[in-house]
Amino acid sequence: MIDESVVQRVLGAALRTGGDFAEVFVEDRRVSSARLDDGRVEELTSGRERGAGIRVVVGETTGFAHTADLSEASLRAAAEAAAAAARAGGGGANAAGFTHVSAPSPTLVRIQPEDVAKQTKVELLQRADEATRAVSGSIKQVSVGYADNRRRILVANSDGVWAEDDVVRTRFGVNAVATGDAGMQTGNMSVGNTIGFELFDEQEIEELAREAARRALLKLNARPAPSGTMPVVIKSGGGAVLFHEACGHGLEADAVLKQASVFHGHLGEQVASPLVTIVDTATSEHQWGSAAIDDEGHPAQHNVLIENGVLVGYMWDNLRARTEGRASSGNGRRESYKSLPMVRMTNTYLESGDGDADDIVRSTPNGIYCAGLGGGSVNTATGDFVFGMTEAYLIENGEITEPIREGNLIGNGPEVLKHIDAVASDFDWGWPGMCGKQGQSVPAGMGQPTLRVTELTIGGTAA
Amino acid sequence: MSADRRADLVELATRVATQAKPGEQVEAYVARSRDTVVRAFEGEVESLSQADDEGVGVRVIVDHRQGFAWAGSLDEDVIADTLQEARDNAAFATPDEFLALAEPDGVVAADIDPWSDLLADFPTDRKVELALELERRVREGDPRIRKVPNAAYGDGSVEAAVASSTGIATAARRTVCSVSAYALAGDGDETMTGGGYSVGRDPGELDLDRATDDAILRATRLLGARKPASARVVVVFDPEIASDVLSILSGTLNGEAVLKGRSLFADRVGEDVSVPFLTLVDDPTNPMAYGASSYDAEGLACRRNVLIDNGILQGFLYDTYAGRRAGVASTGSAVRGGFKGGPGPGARAISVTPGTKTQQEILAEIGTGLFVQSVTGLHSGVNPVSGDFSVGAEGLMIRDGTFAEPVREVTIASTLQRMLKEIVAIGGDVEWLPGLAAGMTLAIADIAMSGA
Repeated sequence: MIDESVVQRVLGAALRTGGDFAEVFVEDRRVSSARLDDGRVEELTSGRERGAGIRVVVGETTGFAHTADLSEASLRAAAEAAAAAARAGGGGANAAGFTHVSAPSPTLVRIQPEDVAKQTKVELLQRADEATRAVSGSIKQVSVGYADNRRRILVANSDGVWAEDDVVRTRFGVNAVATGDAGMQTGNMSVGNTIGFELFDEQEIEELAREAARRALLKLNARPAPSGTMPVVIKSGGGAVLFHEACGHGLEADAVLKQASVFHGHLGEQVASPLVTIVDTATSEHQWGSAAIDDEGHPAQHNVLIENGVLVGYMWDNLRARTEGRASSGNGRRESYKSLPMVRMTNTYLESGDGDADDIVRSTPNGIYCAGLGGGSVNTATGDFVFGMTEAYLIENGEITEPIREGNLIGNGPEVLKHIDAVASDFDWGWPGMCGKQGQSVPAGMGQPTLRVTELTIGGTAA
Repeated sequence: MSADRRADLVELATRVATQAKPGEQVEAYVARSRDTVVRAFEGEVESLSQADDEGVGVRVIVDHRQGFAWAGSLDEDVIADTLQEARDNAAFATPDEFLALAEPDGVVAADIDPWSDLLADFPTDRKVELALELERRVREGDPRIRKVPNAAYGDGSVEAAVASSTGIATAARRTVCSVSAYALAGDGDETMTGGGYSVGRDPGELDLDRATDDAILRATRLLGARKPASARVVVVFDPEIASDVLSILSGTLNGEAVLKGRSLFADRVGEDVSVPFLTLVDDPTNPMAYGASSYDAEGLACRRNVLIDNGILQGFLYDTYAGRRAGVASTGSAVRGGFKGGPGPGARAISVTPGTKTQQEILAEIGTGLFVQSVTGLHSGVNPVSGDFSVGAEGLMIRDGTFAEPVREVTIASTLQRMLKEIVAIGGDVEWLPGLAAGMTLAIADIAMSGA
């Protein structure tokens, strides 16, 4: 993307007045998307952006500047601005030669989406629209979205790292609106992977469409969600966002080092039920949050965070790892070249246990069976989290019975981890999430087997 | 960026628009922005970033089909490619006779320029000082404050122009800056959190004392919070939360959502949808509003739109396309999230006719209930199509007309439809906040509170 000698001179400019570390991050991103709504292909969109972000670290302070102009003069100006922001003064590191990081990509892309005719993408939308509407006359509205994204990055820093990656993500989603006597209900389904257009050889669009319709229709006759505390069985794949929120964010080293995490100071301790093993991995083939390197040039890793209930590790980026004198765990990510990297999850999942999903339901006299959770959020300092149930049922006398309307689940991360008393062997990945933190949004994968939490609070309206 | 560059941007956008071929409508939206963020932690500058951003979004309508393309650059070559790409994209859309770009409609734009040159002249050193000062004040302000994990100064300025082959050529600009802090209170066994902030057009309007006091008060008053027993209660929303609720409500009054059968208010114009003392207006011509603007995202004059008048639903917000499809004129309500997306209808400055009571008076009148100072899961827990509303909350119980014990891990649930009918008091304490809506103390009855 840029000549090595240019990058070396830019890093030299960044550290001319001193500084401990300098980095050039170059990104070239191309996106295309198409949307169908209300029976019409409304719009195809194409977009592109390219630029470089430069940061300089001096002591505790990071200076950052970026430019959309990749000429050497402009890069040097950004480097000087970043250095000035960090107030570099005296001494510091020198930019030496680079060592090329060799990291195998977890994903081979067979069909570049940019090589696929736009008409082919449009036809996918139309097929999904038809299949959704075909399910029932009560489906009154459908929107369908397709998006692909190719992101090429180069990271070079004053530690001599030179790393490049080329990541393609493809995503497809269906939203159905069903109308009945008691009003409208919505159903969503989406699939997204680090993959090319071959995604659609593996994922039948019609199946996704029917599932979105089914979810909307189901809730038409749903009764209001109960309110209060009760056992909740979460279906495999459907509630993985719980562990992303309830646990993952609190294991990010930036929150931990600022003591803004309930998991601060508990390394080596039993923080969860012995049935719980939680992993963050960027190495899983095709997964939504996978990549060959992170956005600081560190090769993708498989990091066990909680093992049989014992807290064994946090997630680290370069900056936080440097201050602690340890290695990054490959969790330095950023939304684009315009943003500073932060500690972020990649694909976070809870490992399978040896229980049986049906047995778990049968052994729950009364409670909630949650087949789908939507978005959520967590306060990492208190561990309190909340998220919306998009598909849920009552469990009565050990059987899944009536569907319930949308409501929030609320709980506390460390408490939930301790209250998991059954984990099945039916692991599945969940939907492709976009995780937001301090205004930056990055793709985050997640997964989990069927499991039971002995008590969670359901925020419904029924008494 | 103190020089006024709006004319340059209009000229640039117009150069693109004039390349429309016969039978084609072309619109270009060009924007430039500059942002600064300074973060402070434990007496040190944690990071300082300065970012300039610019880009273009081009919309082409030809044979009743629409295509869009964007690029993060204003280079002439890139813009030319972007126009070509938008043209190409249009060929694959379904024809829709209602598609058209805005045309000047004779409505005179309000003379609003929410911009302060003082921001551009404010030196970086002072920005750094503000962040450090806020972090120090919060940290040292109360012995129960343990850490201030986030303390920041941030500012931004944006200038944007839109021009079309249908005769639009307008520009708007704005500046905004803020200080914000997020504090942890309590010892190792218990932690509660709270935030405070202050926003202005320029740093002279920032109130460091208020940001400090709010962060400390909100974090410390939750210490000792427990899960309350489940009950149906009157909920009193803090102005900041009321603003969030009104913003979400505004999404249901979007004319395009109504046309596409995605609004719970479709077919209800002329009906009672709320308590009779509620009048709800979107008025971007109010210079007090952070969303104030002279022009909308298609280049039409922004105007005052009454959406609910004394409880009766009056109508919805429209951009040009949705208006044409509904058989009404655009209400000048096109918004867009930057150059990477096309326009759609949306609110900018929602407010309700204020009541006369203070927050204290409302608490006294209600006697018993739940005061909510923060909510979580607003975007996952509120469904603007079905109206289902369920969010996590923290706050204080109200007993004997005043604040009582703190509570956490609570959810509150109702439906938007029901909440409008159950409003029991609107405060007179209106303040414009940096969202889509003004905030004021708002009390709503018959909400299910789930706790233990």
